[in-house]
Amino acid sequence: MSWFTAAADDELTIYERSKPGRRAFAPPPLDVPERPVEELIPDALRRTEPPRLPEVSEPEIVRHYNRLSKRNFDLDTGFYPLGSCTMKHNPKLHERVAALPGHSRLHPLQDPRHAQGALELMWQLQEALAEVAGLPYVSLQPSAGSHGELAGVLLTRALHEDHGEERTKVLTPENAHGTNPATVTMAGYDLVKVATDASGNVDLDDLRSKANEEVACLMLTNPSTLGLFEHGIEEIERIVHGVGATLYYDGANLNAIMGISRPGDMGFDVVHFNLHKSFTQPHGGGGPGAGPIAVSERIEPYLPRPQVVRREHQGNGAEMGGGFVGGCYYDLDYDRPKSIGRLRGFQGNYGVFVRSYAYIRSLGAAGLREVSEVAVLNANYLLARLRREGVLEYLPEAYERLCMHEFVLSGAPMRNQLGIKTLDLAKRLLDFGVHPPTVYFPLIVDEALLVEPTETETKETLDRFAEIIAEILREAKDNPEVARHAPYTTPVRRLDEAAAARRPVLRQAM
Amino acid sequence: MLATIGVSSIEALFADIPKSLRLTRPLALDAGRSELEVFEELRELADRNVSTEDELSFLGGGMYDHYVPALIDSIIERSEFLTPYTPYQPEISQGGLQAMFEYQTAISELTGLPVSNASVYEGPSAVAAAGYVAKAATGKRSTFVASRGVHPHAREALATLAHAWGMEVVEAPLRDGVTDLPELDDQVSAVIVQQPNFLGAVEDLAAASSAAKAVGALTICSCDPLTLALLRPPGDVGVDIAVGEGQTLGNRLDFGGPSFGFFAVTEALMRRIPGRIAGETRDLDGKRGFVLTLQTREQHIRREKATSNICTAQALNALAGVIYLSWLGPRGIVELAELMLQRTAYARERLQSIHGVHALHDQPVVREFALKLDAPVDHVIARCREQGVNPGYPLKAEYPELADGLLVAITEQRTRADIDRLADVLEASVSKQLEAYEEVKA
Amino acid sequence: MADPSYPDDLLYHPEHDWARVDGDEATFGITWYAQDALGEVVFFDPPQVGAQVKKDEAYTEVESVKAVSDVFAPLSGEVTEVNDELKDKPETINEDPYGDGWLVKIRLSDPSEAESLMDAAAYEATLS
Repeated sequence: MSWFTAAADDELTIYERSKPGRRAFAPPPLDVPERPVEELIPDALRRTEPPRLPEVSEPEIVRHYNRLSKRNFDLDTGFYPLGSCTMKHNPKLHERVAALPGHSRLHPLQDPRHAQGALELMWQLQEALAEVAGLPYVSLQPSAGSHGELAGVLLTRALHEDHGEERTKVLTPENAHGTNPATVTMAGYDLVKVATDASGNVDLDDLRSKANEEVACLMLTNPSTLGLFEHGIEEIERIVHGVGATLYYDGANLNAIMGISRPGDMGFDVVHFNLHKSFTQPHGGGGPGAGPIAVSERIEPYLPRPQVVRREHQGNGAEMGGGFVGGCYYDLDYDRPKSIGRLRGFQGNYGVFVRSYAYIRSLGAAGLREVSEVAVLNANYLLARLRREGVLEYLPEAYERLCMHEFVLSGAPMRNQLGIKTLDLAKRLLDFGVHPPTVYFPLIVDEALLVEPTETETKETLDRFAEIIAEILREAKDNPEVARHAPYTTPVRRLDEAAAARRPVLRQAM
Repeated sequence: MLATIGVSSIEALFADIPKSLRLTRPLALDAGRSELEVFEELRELADRNVSTEDELSFLGGGMYDHYVPALIDSIIERSEFLTPYTPYQPEISQGGLQAMFEYQTAISELTGLPVSNASVYEGPSAVAAAGYVAKAATGKRSTFVASRGVHPHAREALATLAHAWGMEVVEAPLRDGVTDLPELDDQVSAVIVQQPNFLGAVEDLAAASSAAKAVGALTICSCDPLTLALLRPPGDVGVDIAVGEGQTLGNRLDFGGPSFGFFAVTEALMRRIPGRIAGETRDLDGKRGFVLTLQTREQHIRREKATSNICTAQALNALAGVIYLSWLGPRGIVELAELMLQRTAYARERLQSIHGVHALHDQPVVREFALKLDAPVDHVIARCREQGVNPGYPLKAEYPELADGLLVAITEQRTRADIDRLADVLEASVSKQLEAYEEVKA
Repeated sequence: MADPSYPDDLLYHPEHDWARVDGDEATFGITWYAQDALGEVVFFDPPQVGAQVKKDEAYTEVESVKAVSDVFAPLSGEVTEVNDELKDKPETINEDPYGDGWLVKIRLSDPSEAESLMDAAAYEATLS
């Protein structure tokens, strides 16, 4: 540990605060006869030394994590225009409803007859998501967007296998989010990349040349990762379905089109949702999230097991026990002979469903549409403001079109003319109390900066952001060194990521 | 704003979408409601669930009704932990990154393996993800051998993916409640076991891992983290990958999620591990800091050659986990586990002595055990529930050969008085059920 | 290494790899351009001694913090030696890409393949 300066008290790890003998937890007293542990667990199977966990009291734990929290920037504190992540406000009601014991203390293996509130909530959420997607059947099981992608590609495999077809390839655009190609391999397919044209759309000629009967699926995001609506989506649908492949929709950018256009109507077979994006599950510093999928009629038989279903109840329902409303009940259906099987344990991230359901009920049909309208308005407004500030001279739009809910700028002119890179701009933004946009994604734009303001930001915040960018550029013109060594005011300065990767230290040494 | 953009209406911003794809009606959803109405609706739905607050529950089977200390809520509710994204800008994410580092350390200690990631989704999918690592590490082999004692959901999740890889999952049966490993060959990529197994029995991991090593296969163990306070760490007995369900560490039941999965590996597998990892480094001024590291394994860089497609994980739930482990401390976790061990032994003895109730196996157990009833389990459970007691999980759905099996779980919230009540209610229910059967026969 | 350099005594492959040929043996590495594009190298996992490499095919990878790059063989042959120093100090590839940052030594299977490689001037011309 001699290669960096000793940590100030603020920065100690919980282990470094540990002092022998301190503790927080006190167990309840033993109220049953005590038997020798050796009798209950043979020596050969027993641990000889306790795990080396921190020895700290409750006040120390509370203080430690509170102080740590103050070394985090967060959405409740400031503007967070992280492209592709949809950092919209997390309504506080959601924490209150998720904490209700009827939801939070419900065991996943509880008899479905005694979990009717939960199953009904899930079923209603499925119906709402189906309506937004324009596809009739939904599975809530996948745990995150990439899990949903995996489900979607596995469903495609099941469909083709069921028809006796063997297909080996999946297509993704070259500007796809990294989870798409990673999913392709994980699902046992070979990846084929499709080019984008000069307007930022899928190159239809390239797609035509690569779409054949070896192709199982095309994975697409619409609007794309460049924030642009695919002009040729109808033709894409014809080409892909024409060779018997499925069309998969990566729902990361759904915030742009809710209530305005629907992936199901565009011809997609499978859609995934990121509930931690458009449906405002708090990001938690990297999860939890959820990645439900909506599918077309022909894909439905292969959905993961179990499915939440609504059934009519027989007779007077007395034999079912209590908790029923109206002539139906909700159940977990395991009888799905063509299902791809399970992707995870139990039913999925129910706590996330509670929050997203509350969101949908709060907004309603008109509210969801307004979300997308304002998301697109805010992005276009911010782009126009940046133009007015002269920012686009150094950070031009990658594609000169109306954007949707996000837009991509290229920092290449800024690098060539002012000598600072997109990375430096991002680091300097930290000193201004703003989270930077996404950097260096999508890969096809040089020095990319992907900006997504979302609908929950005020005009004043957007104006201020444009002013800040302009100020950083002015400063760089004068003295590029400032941004190159930024940030200055954050809890740590720029970190040596190469050293961390070369000689990884992944846990506290003891 | 529209003027600044240079359009006359919001409608104009959607010009790129062809008219044929425009939704021409409102979404068929109810109108939005006020906060108080939404709260009422969510409360009404909650009231129609019978939670562990509403009945005395001995349900287990992978998730357990532990006491979550109040300090966890007060910390994870904080905006600074609840609302940020994955820490892509480490300079303003030291809180989250350091918490990940502390979490990784705790998991490494529990499992006895040097390298832990910062979390995956949950237990069963972690087993599938471990299969993906084994497949890459051993090169193309045809089979996984998974014990029948591994959680049915985990075996199913592995099978779903194995099918996509053109691999098969072969089941190793249970004998006397523990894994009876068949002869292995060099087509086996990994052996998968669970500790304790689904029937609550403590397994001999060393035997499984040496059999695996002999054919160049990896050993994957899915473990219950609290029991690792008492049981030999998987890393000490030759396990290559230790995964498991983290719910018991400071997370609520939440009807099955969100929780977190932990994932720890040997040094040799460090560059194959999936998911985010926080690493220690220094900044420009020489100050210690933490960053996401070994990112070239991950989807955003490695893309189609990544060790997994995982992006968003379960950071907030893992944070609850490390706070919980710090709250317990080294003595506390052993005391908690020993409390469960003693109460489980007591419960097992009391229940086995009931007429019509037998142990399904007599292997060592820590916090959960399996019984066999002489009367149909569904009816017995129904009678118990009428008395406000949920005696446990019926095994027949996933273990048809154990049709009258019941899985009973103990946590520190189930006191001796609770166990005595369970025994009384179970005894009465079984005997009533047997009587009813006799009457029918007569 | 701060400034671009392309030594005259080496032969170059369009995928930014160099070869130093000595009779029927050769040493391979990556060029200044490649290490500059990658950024600080953090990891290099060499092929096994005895492995066969084929001209124009990738035989290993070099990793930086934010990127992974395939390394292509300029010529075909068998690996006789790998640079073990790079295990502890992968950054040597950045500091001295043509000297201590060498990657592998090869016994060539077809020395005539060298005729298709570029000289320093031709390679530099492809970079602009």
